[in-house]
Amino acid sequence: MPLALLREGLKRERTPWRIIPPTPPLKSAYDVVIVGGGGHGLAAAYYLAKEHGITDIAVLEKSYLGSGGTGRNTAIVRSNYLTPEGVRFYDASMKLWRSLSNDLGINVMYTPRGHLTLAHTDATIRTSRWRAEVNKHLGVESELIFRDEIARICPQIDLSLDVRYPVLGALYHPPGAIAHHDTVAWGYAMRAAQRGAEIHQGTEVTGFDVNGERVTHVHTNRGTVRANRVLMAVAGNSSSVARMVDLLLPIKTVPLQACVSEPLKPVLDAIVVSASLHVYISQTARGEFVMGGATDPYGLYSTRSTLDFPETLFAEMIELFPFLHNVRMMRQWAGLSDITPDFSPVMGLTPLRNFYIDAGWGTWGFKATPISGWTMAECVATGEQPELIEAFRLDRFERFALVGERGAASVGH
Amino acid sequence: MKIMNCPLNGSRNITEFICAGDVRAAETDGGDAALARSIYLEENLAGVVYEWWMHVPSAYWFVAQRDTRTDTILRTLSVEAFEALQAAS
Repeated sequence: MPLALLREGLKRERTPWRIIPPTPPLKSAYDVVIVGGGGHGLAAAYYLAKEHGITDIAVLEKSYLGSGGTGRNTAIVRSNYLTPEGVRFYDASMKLWRSLSNDLGINVMYTPRGHLTLAHTDATIRTSRWRAEVNKHLGVESELIFRDEIARICPQIDLSLDVRYPVLGALYHPPGAIAHHDTVAWGYAMRAAQRGAEIHQGTEVTGFDVNGERVTHVHTNRGTVRANRVLMAVAGNSSSVARMVDLLLPIKTVPLQACVSEPLKPVLDAIVVSASLHVYISQTARGEFVMGGATDPYGLYSTRSTLDFPETLFAEMIELFPFLHNVRMMRQWAGLSDITPDFSPVMGLTPLRNFYIDAGWGTWGFKATPISGWTMAECVATGEQPELIEAFRLDRFERFALVGERGAASVGH
Repeated sequence: MKIMNCPLNGSRNITEFICAGDVRAAETDGGDAALARSIYLEENLAGVVYEWWMHVPSAYWFVAQRDTRTDTILRTLSVEAFEALQAAS
């Protein structure tokens, strides 16, 4: 490696290795067109190629890869949800996460840290016990713990009782992990491209031609292509893209803001969440604290930052971690969350026979990247709804068969 | 802080208000599927929308016109003013 570095460094003309091939010209037709080059769309392309042998794929991304929710989330991975449908689904994702770096041949920095969801009220203790029991029943490591054990696992938390919201207990989920979100998108893109999928960055979808119950063509700013099947995975812009095929979705687009501090030496191992205080925090491998709060209080398509966000976030955060009081904030940003009424995703078949949807990822999409790619690839390849995502069908709302996922973070319940 | 102009209380911090979604016609034609659609489906438009808002401390309901692409409040209207506007158009 050092020799190669020296050799390459001294070359007058050298072409750096590109993880993602340059955008090729658009062909006139593809078997599968995937709208959206985020983690979900790229994972679907990868699993379509790897598991189903479908390689005539175009992934269309209007900006750069991972420029939406994939690069804006706080990179937490866990499966301690509340509904059996949710727990089963996210736990299947955890199984893929564990071997993802090996599978993709790129280090996604998946790091189990242990995940604490703090409870400050009796009601939260009750929900935590409920979640722990559902989790354990389905084989997910999860336990309701109390103050003594919290002090042992995460001594950094201020557990004193003379604060506004004393910590009474916590839902402890040892497999809770963090990963490097951009690398996940790059890894899937790299391997999907190697198997033949085309990745088109800077390619914005502007409309679809629909004939009866089928989408026939996809219009883009770089020309029109014929498509045998279409998968949309565009998160915050789901309603806008679905409207192009006259579909109305049960989705509201709301910004979610987050920030990072200046880097510090490693002091915080666990991932700590408090739903009552609307805060969550973890320390990255390079020492920055990644922090987030609740979604913004009204719908919006702008990724502007507000002052309200750090103001309310730090008021609560410093109560929990007083040592952060003189740590400076380095960056603040926002991403667009596509929130559903029941905090579960909308996946699979639509009223159009060759148009598949992967949306409604709100504040819970990153952890689902591998399994949503896996199940959506199966759905597109077979034309049938996979069993694991049966409960997340778009038509569940017409049947009042909602999957009320109160284990979702960053949203008021 | 972001300011919203309440038709009753004047300019206030937007944290004093809640947004209750798009102004739209109530579902009246019956049928479960139609009811479900009216409850759950959203226009979720990236553009100019009319929405119900309420000033929480005074429980005053009104209509705001907003651009959801830019986070701009274009104008706020009392219910009477909004109905007059609808009748005129």
